[in-house]
Amino acid sequence: MDYTPHTEEEIQAMLERVGAGSLEDLYRHLPKEVLNPEISLPEPLPEWAVLEELKRLAGKNQPAFKAFLGGGVRSHHTPPVVQALASRGEFLTAYTPYQPEVSQGVLQATFEYQTMVAELAGLEVANASMYDGATALAEGVLLALRETGRMRVLVSQGVHPEYREVLRSYLEAVGAELITLPLEGGRTPLGEVPEGTGAVVAQNPNYLGALEDLAPLAERAHGVGALFVAVADPLSLGVLEPPGAYGADIAVGDGQTLGLPMGFGGPHFGYLATRKAFVRQMPGRLVSETVDAEGKRGYILTLQAREQYIRRAKAKSNITTNAQLTALMGAMYLAALGPLGLKEVALKSVAMAHRLWEILLEIPGVEPFTPKPFFNEFVLRLPKEPQAVREALAARGFHAATPVPKEYGENLALFAATELHREEDLLALQAAMREVLA
Amino acid sequence: MSYPLIFERSRPGRRGLRLVEETPEATRYIPEKFLRKAPPRLPEVDELTLVRHYTGLSRRQVGVDTTFYPLGSCTMKYNPKLHEEAVRLFADLHPYQDPRTVQGALELMWQLSEYLKALTGMDAITLEPAAGAHGELTGILIIRAYHEDRGEGKERRLVLVPDSAHGSNPATASMAGYQVKEVPSGPDGEVDLEALKRELGPHVAAIMLTNPNTLGLFERRILEISRISKEAGVQLYYDGANLNAIMGWARPGDMGFDVVHLNLHKTFTVPHGGGGPGSGPVGVKAHLAPYLPVPTVERGEEGFYLNFDLPKSIGRVRSFNGNFLALVRAWAYIRTLGLKGLKKAAALSVLNARYLKELLKEKGYKVPYDGPCMHEFVAQPPQGFRTLDLAKGLLEMGFHPPTVYFPLIVKEALMIEPTETESKETLEAFAEALGELLQKPREWLEGAPYTTPVRRLDEVRANKYPKLTYFDRE
Repeated sequence: MDYTPHTEEEIQAMLERVGAGSLEDLYRHLPKEVLNPEISLPEPLPEWAVLEELKRLAGKNQPAFKAFLGGGVRSHHTPPVVQALASRGEFLTAYTPYQPEVSQGVLQATFEYQTMVAELAGLEVANASMYDGATALAEGVLLALRETGRMRVLVSQGVHPEYREVLRSYLEAVGAELITLPLEGGRTPLGEVPEGTGAVVAQNPNYLGALEDLAPLAERAHGVGALFVAVADPLSLGVLEPPGAYGADIAVGDGQTLGLPMGFGGPHFGYLATRKAFVRQMPGRLVSETVDAEGKRGYILTLQAREQYIRRAKAKSNITTNAQLTALMGAMYLAALGPLGLKEVALKSVAMAHRLWEILLEIPGVEPFTPKPFFNEFVLRLPKEPQAVREALAARGFHAATPVPKEYGENLALFAATELHREEDLLALQAAMREVLA
Repeated sequence: MSYPLIFERSRPGRRGLRLVEETPEATRYIPEKFLRKAPPRLPEVDELTLVRHYTGLSRRQVGVDTTFYPLGSCTMKYNPKLHEEAVRLFADLHPYQDPRTVQGALELMWQLSEYLKALTGMDAITLEPAAGAHGELTGILIIRAYHEDRGEGKERRLVLVPDSAHGSNPATASMAGYQVKEVPSGPDGEVDLEALKRELGPHVAAIMLTNPNTLGLFERRILEISRISKEAGVQLYYDGANLNAIMGWARPGDMGFDVVHLNLHKTFTVPHGGGGPGSGPVGVKAHLAPYLPVPTVERGEEGFYLNFDLPKSIGRVRSFNGNFLALVRAWAYIRTLGLKGLKKAAALSVLNARYLKELLKEKGYKVPYDGPCMHEFVAQPPQGFRTLDLAKGLLEMGFHPPTVYFPLIVKEALMIEPTETESKETLEAFAEALGELLQKPREWLEGAPYTTPVRRLDEVRANKYPKLTYFDRE
């Protein structure tokens, strides 16, 4: 099976028309040294056997539905209505909307997505999406450095460690300096912002789950002419004060928490929102409203002079493919829930996380680490090595206790709860934890 | 009538999905000062309204599922429905769950790495990059780390790209902190070897090439190019956007390339999704393997695992395990076709392009670099016709136009990549349409399209006064 429609007769007729004797003939001008190499691949399988083999592989996994794992990805409900609508072939199999007359579906949906993201972030504009939260952060910081013309970045240790690693890779590439501001008592301190800093970065809720009051830090950043970049879980923004309200010039994050399948880490989407004044320095695609030849409203890619296929070496970023379809799923989720539904899901996860915190602390040897107030994730100090705890819990059918990197302390594990958890789920985890830690 | 925005369908108090029975009180857990003062202005719609809205939008959109979509360098081939079922089997895996509970996922990643290594002739691979351009950045950072490790980082500051290169190549080199220089193409459309020789030297870090190039031509002097690059200590980078033409027939690794990125969303049928998400694995030769981003997938005595222990790694380029569900689709594609099927698919992509090229020449279109094309070719309309008008005319005839005005070295370019999954009669109908357009009055062409959901849009206005959100009042 190769999905090609050609009959043997058609192939012969076409070969004749192009003056070739065989399919091999189409490659006869390639250097002989490289032609027809020995390649070892498994034999082709019929469709049912491919599925069978995939099911065999999937059978070696233990799905983490209702996981208590956190750290940037959580087990949330993916609404079938979102799945069904996003699976429509017109959305699934379209390319980048370069021909707006026949791409109004993707373009308008993106315009709506931009609006929803800007609303959540409390900022004026958002782009059409980035690969993930980590690269959205890196690109957001590069945007801040372009705006300020500076090459120094101050990042709170409260930002997800993987995001900081990706940020470091991107900043090293352009030769910018990255300074880490260590957490104090689980929160970002109001540290000194060195002169010449172009971007100050913090996350709320931070990696440990704690709520951060970032307005004073944002003010201090602005005081030295730096921009303030906030990392925020979009689900939390159904409840929490938006980054724009506490002084963020740029907000970024990962959209997985808006009902996207965890998918072992992707694809999800990254969002990037900012002030309209910075729009000409933004990376990635932007959709604008405009009118057509008859004055009818329509949507089109705009400010394309920022992008690689126009500006080449002088582009704001090399990003081309983004995460359009998964971003569309995020927008569908937000529209399906509305402001109230989003708030309910966020608050339910907060309530369940607090209840979980309470009952896990009843277990001897378990100590709190994340300070209150926290949101829907928290870190505990365990009396045993977290990797071993996670493994022992998995053997009992529970996915919990994300090991926290040692830079934050010894024997720390991250827990999360979501709208999927009931009281009995929490109690069952508590019982398993008692066994594992006994 | 304009198609309504979801915000215009919104009615205060209307509810769609309800996922929570009882809403807890926010202030019980969160101090007032952290809470939103006003709710976000998200749409308030019921589920049926939501379904009609997005179904309506989808009908204002074309894709491979609806329309011939011969976008050059984009490989808009059929995306098998099997793959959409396949990804559901892996949806509920968390990136931080115990590695013993994701052995199937890791095995799939490991197997896919082996398949991609075999198909590209490379020694090691990373599946982390999220897209082609992301793979480019990863690859160039690997090259940079290699030069730095050898003490040549300060000297090698330049990346060479042909003037026919994808825009992402120079943009990537800039992002990786390099200067960029364009090398002209020769009269045959291939890299001008003499011009390249003049540019090579100890100040050059890498050459980025696409092969077949963006004119659809195979760089026949590739072995000579790789030989002189190697002599000059320059790393050769393969942009995999056009791999579809040669998969199974020839491998970048055998041509002397040091780094390769693949676009799983082009060659390996991951759907483009209206612009993403994609996946851009990067393969490297052994001398560059120590610099791969973390984590890599390895097979150990106790099973498969993610390896973070690469002391010379360029670091992380993406969170978690890359666009894993895209990898599942590519795996399914390779297992369905096998080597024989992949070679046949590649050959038929070439045959379709050559056949269509002949049909278009017959209709009066010119092919300025008329060598033996591979999976795509670049045509020009006859004198007096504007490519933009022909593209818009094609929309009226029910086709998606080719890539237009690229590559930059061809004026009024129409870059056409039919792919192997299109039938002979579709190619013939497309050629007929392009032929008919040359018979249309100029005014008709300049006014096209007429019956699409919207007509030509005012791009200047959108650039001058961008309105980027519904609530933007400017």
